[in-house]
Amino acid sequence: MRTAFVLVALAVALVASVLAGILVGAVPIAPGDVWNALWGNGDAANATIVRDLRLPRVLGAAIVGGALAVAGALLQGLLRNPLADPYVTGTSAGGSLCAVAAIALGASSEPALLPVAAFFGALASAAIVWRLSSLGGRTSVLTVLLAGVILSSFAAAIVTLLLVASDRIVLRLRAVLGWLLGGVAILDGTELAVAAAIVIAATAAAIALARRLDAFALGEETAATLGVDLERSTAAILAVTALLTGAAVALAGVIGFVGLVVPHAIRPVLGAAHARLVPASFLLGAVTLVLADIGARTVLSPAELPVGVVTGLVGGPFFLGLLLRQRRRMLV
Amino acid sequence: MTALAARAVVAGYRDREVLHDCDVCVGAGEVVCLVGPNGAGKSTLLRALAGLLVPRSGDVRLDGRDLRSLARREIARRIAVVPQVFETLFPFTVREVVALGRTARLSLFGRPSAVDRAAVDRALDELALLALADRTITEISGGERQRAVLAMALAQEGDVLLLDEPTAHLDPAHQLATLALVRRLARTRGLAVVAVLHDLNLAASAATRIVVIEHGRVVVDAPPLDALTPEVVGRVFGAGLEVERRGGRPVVVPGALP
Repeated sequence: MRTAFVLVALAVALVASVLAGILVGAVPIAPGDVWNALWGNGDAANATIVRDLRLPRVLGAAIVGGALAVAGALLQGLLRNPLADPYVTGTSAGGSLCAVAAIALGASSEPALLPVAAFFGALASAAIVWRLSSLGGRTSVLTVLLAGVILSSFAAAIVTLLLVASDRIVLRLRAVLGWLLGGVAILDGTELAVAAAIVIAATAAAIALARRLDAFALGEETAATLGVDLERSTAAILAVTALLTGAAVALAGVIGFVGLVVPHAIRPVLGAAHARLVPASFLLGAVTLVLADIGARTVLSPAELPVGVVTGLVGGPFFLGLLLRQRRRMLV
Repeated sequence: MTALAARAVVAGYRDREVLHDCDVCVGAGEVVCLVGPNGAGKSTLLRALAGLLVPRSGDVRLDGRDLRSLARREIARRIAVVPQVFETLFPFTVREVVALGRTARLSLFGRPSAVDRAAVDRALDELALLALADRTITEISGGERQRAVLAMALAQEGDVLLLDEPTAHLDPAHQLATLALVRRLARTRGLAVVAVLHDLNLAASAATRIVVIEHGRVVVDAPPLDALTPEVVGRVFGAGLEVERRGGRPVVVPGALP
């Protein structure tokens, strides 16, 4: 009952925030005109702004936010670590490295290629973090964070190198930088559709993995004695995480902390069971990033911030608070 | 008749061999307690019996079938393990943790059936956890958590139960209650039980058979009175311990301290 109520409430909030996202923008357009523009009626300029600029941006934010939040829930479950998400574990950084490399090699003309490249980068870094964190049997919160820092800095160094060295990128450095910093500003319809398909399929797969993720929370060995095939399940969880992160990175670059914060907001309300945590995280993640993007567009209006700046500003202190709380519980 | 048997098991970690040529077996209705000094290899032997540690040589067989030939899921339907350390930072309810015992009996998208729910309720009831069922595992005491994990293993409804220090975090009353429950399950449901215990007296009162392990080898495998003789206790656990007989059981007490 409670679960159904919360999920419906979150779905309503998502619809409301998407509508709000379409209504708000640098150019003031009356709600009635926005409605007409949405269906291709009325003023042509309004139609372009609403349908080609605002709608893809808002939908993109929803997809990216949902994907990152589910990826965060998966990483926290797999690593048994409440301080994990695609950003702090370096998974997003690995994805962005491969995406930038793909652009440098001339792949940007093919919309499906970026998510694929980002998938492999995210998969490699998530696998490295998982491997490091499971050394010695017990996962340490700090090991995961350190591995994330190392991977992120390493990836950032190579990305910088590519940005400077690649002729293809130098020509449109500003656009590539804007994307890398976590922006959903200019989204192409095909890119959006590809990413949405990946994210929806991966979220369904994450729900299918829910029971195994629950078992993982009790420790790998206990999960095994409960009948979980560790190797296959771990591979599946890592792959789904990488799909979600890859799709998010391909659309919007590196956006921090959404994946970290959202599952934490859900657990006190719906509990830790992943069958509820995953769908609720998807919805709340989508709402969060749509709202953050509205903030990014309005705070310095008419100038726009990359949405990653907003999530970083809000998520950074939150992360610090969590770390302090863990520290106090002597679990770091 | 259920039987789990380790034969000539050699096992260890990386470059360290912990078990050398261990033989141990348990049948339906038996409670076998593994005792021995710290580092003797009790927990390692239990992990080998659970199929979590693959022997370098020798084998572990469940009703004659090598555990290596069984999938984790098949093993989990037969053998339940109560781990020694158990911690999670996530607020699962006690009922959710116990319900995880049904994992091996559910299909990928399958929802728990009435049978699954009944098994969970019964396990909660048996460990007096019904009142705590909706509390989260992070807010109950260590002893209650230990009972929850035991309930999870019972909900698994296997016919072999392996316990690693099941009484470590319990007060004396709950230690006895837990071991009494384990004995009763062995007797009434025909469970085959192997428990690692530190406390020799608890082992002597719970076990139908005691296996004493020292330096990775089985030194004695016998009923309590024949296993915990003054000679064995003095040699394996060191001087300073005295063994008395009380009510047909050996009782180990510390001798006078200098």
